Amino acid sequence: MLKVPFISSQEEESTVDAVIREAVATELPTDVSVEMPNPAVEVNNFSLWYGDFQAVTEVSIKFPRKKITAVIGPSGCGKSTLLRGINRMNELIGGVRTQGNVLLEGTNVYADAVDPVEVRRRVGMVFQKPNPFPRSIRDNILFGARVNGYQANEDELVEAALRSAALWDEVNHDLKQSGLALSGGQQQRLCIARAIAVSPEVLLMDEPCSALDPVATLKIEDLMRELAKDYTIIIVTHNMQQAARVSDFTAFMLSDDTARGKLIEFGPTTDLFTNPSDERTEAYITGRFG
Amino acid sequence: MAEDTGTLGRSAAVFKASMQWRRLKSHFFVVLGLLSVLLGVVALLVLLVDVIVQGSGWLDWQFFTSFDSRFPARAGIKAALFGTLYMMVFTMLLAVPIGVMTAIYLEEYAGDNWFTQFIQVNIANLAGVPSIVYGLLGLQVFVRIMEMGRSVLAGSCTMALLILPIIIVASREAIRAVPPSMREASFALGASKWETVRHHVLPYALPGMLTGAILAAARAIGETAPLITIGALTFVPFLPEHPLDRFTVLPIQIFNWVSRAQSEFHHLAAAGIIVLLVVLIILNSVAIYLRQRLRTRY
Amino acid sequence: MAEDVSPFSHYPPRNDMSSRASRRFKEEAIRYVLLATATLSIVTTLGILLSLTGETLFFFREVSLVEFLTETEWTPLFAIKKFGIWPLVTATALVAFIALAVAIPTGLLIAIYLSEFASTRVRDVVKPVLEVLAGVPTVVYGYFALTLVTPILQEFIPGMRIFNALSAGIVMGIMIIPMVASLSEDAIGAVPQALREGAYGLGATRFEVALQVVVPAALSGIVASAVLALSRAVGETMIVSIAAGQNPTFTLDPRVPIETMTAYIVQVSLGDTPFASLEYRTIFAVGIMLFFLTFAMNIFAHWFVRRFREEYD
Repeated sequence: MLKVPFISSQEEESTVDAVIREAVATELPTDVSVEMPNPAVEVNNFSLWYGDFQAVTEVSIKFPRKKITAVIGPSGCGKSTLLRGINRMNELIGGVRTQGNVLLEGTNVYADAVDPVEVRRRVGMVFQKPNPFPRSIRDNILFGARVNGYQANEDELVEAALRSAALWDEVNHDLKQSGLALSGGQQQRLCIARAIAVSPEVLLMDEPCSALDPVATLKIEDLMRELAKDYTIIIVTHNMQQAARVSDFTAFMLSDDTARGKLIEFGPTTDLFTNPSDERTEAYITGRFG
Repeated sequence: MAEDTGTLGRSAAVFKASMQWRRLKSHFFVVLGLLSVLLGVVALLVLLVDVIVQGSGWLDWQFFTSFDSRFPARAGIKAALFGTLYMMVFTMLLAVPIGVMTAIYLEEYAGDNWFTQFIQVNIANLAGVPSIVYGLLGLQVFVRIMEMGRSVLAGSCTMALLILPIIIVASREAIRAVPPSMREASFALGASKWETVRHHVLPYALPGMLTGAILAAARAIGETAPLITIGALTFVPFLPEHPLDRFTVLPIQIFNWVSRAQSEFHHLAAAGIIVLLVVLIILNSVAIYLRQRLRTRY
Repeated sequence: MAEDVSPFSHYPPRNDMSSRASRRFKEEAIRYVLLATATLSIVTTLGILLSLTGETLFFFREVSLVEFLTETEWTPLFAIKKFGIWPLVTATALVAFIALAVAIPTGLLIAIYLSEFASTRVRDVVKPVLEVLAGVPTVVYGYFALTLVTPILQEFIPGMRIFNALSAGIVMGIMIIPMVASLSEDAIGAVPQALREGAYGLGATRFEVALQVVVPAALSGIVASAVLALSRAVGETMIVSIAAGQNPTFTLDPRVPIETMTAYIVQVSLGDTPFASLEYRTIFAVGIMLFFLTFAMNIFAHWFVRRFREEYD
């Protein structure tokens, strides 16, 4: 067990702290710094507009490799927009304009030569509401694989993806059943399996548990910890407990009178929750607004 | 109000009397409304009963297997049935792909600009153009300039243009009913636009599109005027064997018989109408069934 | 994973995320094919305009526009040819007027009755009946007018001929009822419930609410439905061809045979008129009038709804 470096001595340990400690204690390097060397995703001075409406303002952040980073903030703070800026999903709506850049493994995904379709293959995404395709579990997994030119044995891929998403044991008796026949939590894990099946490097999760019950939520959170061994995960959540439970790093975003969608603070989850450096972060995590 | 009750403080009796009058007017209006509804219902019933009474006696095997004839007893709808069938096959083969593709373009690809607006306004206007004007278009463009002659193919092309707006509107509605989350899921997996449309939007929208296509087919089967204009024949004692052969269709055959002075031909017309209405009822039932299934599937 | 090689590795090698040329080409090609089909609707409109104007211009080389618009006789198929459009126009107007006189009050009453008074059970019966009425082919209505309605009218009205405007107009009105009812009902349905409740709260009866609150609020939609019904009546062909006759007569007498613009086009089309003859060109001259008349009405109806729609939030 590593030494946990963050407990400030004068404070009593609250339950939230205990949860954080438990979650982070597993594998947190002692010398974490916000300046991550070799980040998987690097956002530089990124701004985004829908028409005249600016939703994200000059955000710079480096998402550490094979870690879970939570993005929190009150609704309307631009956290989902930032997330969708990473795999260029915002562009599905017309009239979107961006400034700055987003580097995925060193390549700017907004460069002229880059095709957003190719970007999305390397960045998986899981949505707020489970959205399996209205077809069999197997077809749900294989759709992404087929369009991306997967060549090898499809059965193996289906099994591997479902195992990685901790769903295999629950569904392997009938892979032909509709994805819609599963429970909400199972559907969301199917969506995770589907995302994993195209072998992304980064997984984006947009409030993946907001439509799920507590038991299903717990399963997804366990799964995320498991997946963090192989993937860089960025999760947007409105649930601070969840951010504290699952993430290694946390970014806090806010909109105020001066600008919309600003990054206020970013750091190791434990630091941010126990010793926020910005008073607005403190106000938010102690529940004084939002 | 009947009396002047404009000032406050009238006796209760005045209010009461006025109330009765107001109630009476309400009841009177309900009676009027019911009568209007009845007019529609009765008209439909009378029409159906009359057609059945006049025509059912003439509906025999010979009626379906004979060509038209100068002698009512020997006349039948064989040529008209086959003509309608051929025309509908070609019409749907032309109109459905083009209509669906236009709908896909407008819903999934088109930007929000003046050109898209122009196409949309244009389609809305085309839906209001009288069918006989389509006949003039077909006469000039397909029959004359493209030299198809007064053929099944020319009739199908004309009819396809006529029902195109219906198919486009129905297909657009079906596409719009596809949840955006399906598209998001597909795009997020690295699928391109066409892959998303082809594998997710189209299958999801298919029942709705089919319903629209069937209703459009029902419309085309009953249309007469544009085909008369392009010169479909009223007397056809043969079956079309080639897309460029001349032809007739059910409504034109009916029109031909109605236009005859002898009452026997009017019986034939009634018999033809029964056949036409049965075909339309079947088509509409299929459309309703598809619509129900669409509702329960997701 | 237990295996040495993960199934996840069987993908084409990762590139710099620039687009794959073949996929890109396919996407662009599909986009252009779809755009081309979408433009077909514009081509259709152009085709209508060009084919109508082309022949019409030839027509007016031989017939003066003045004669066309001032002469009151239309005899292009006779030896002595006269090209005054008015008999066709008055006939079209007469039949359309009779049709609207039937369809608008009835359709509007049905719409008000269904949306403000009727129980859901009545609605569930009436709505399908209206849909069936709307789906009956026009040639069937023509049969109905000629073989059933005309003989009945002849019983009551002296001087009623076999082909006449009244019978065709009444049956055309019945045909248009569903259209007026459904468009008016849409307009009435768009009136917010709060407006009705406000009136009921003041002690108004259903009748008063319907006539003094709901109908005025839905008026723009109702007017539009009437204009669209007129457009439909003017363009309707088969009923008038079968039941109203083929005698271009300059009259407003609803008992005698007449010939509408559409019926004239049918009459010429049924004959063996050679291409490029003057008779052939007359149907395009009549057709273009028909096109612009209905076009203007449709545009006006859409504009009217948008211009005078009451905005409720």
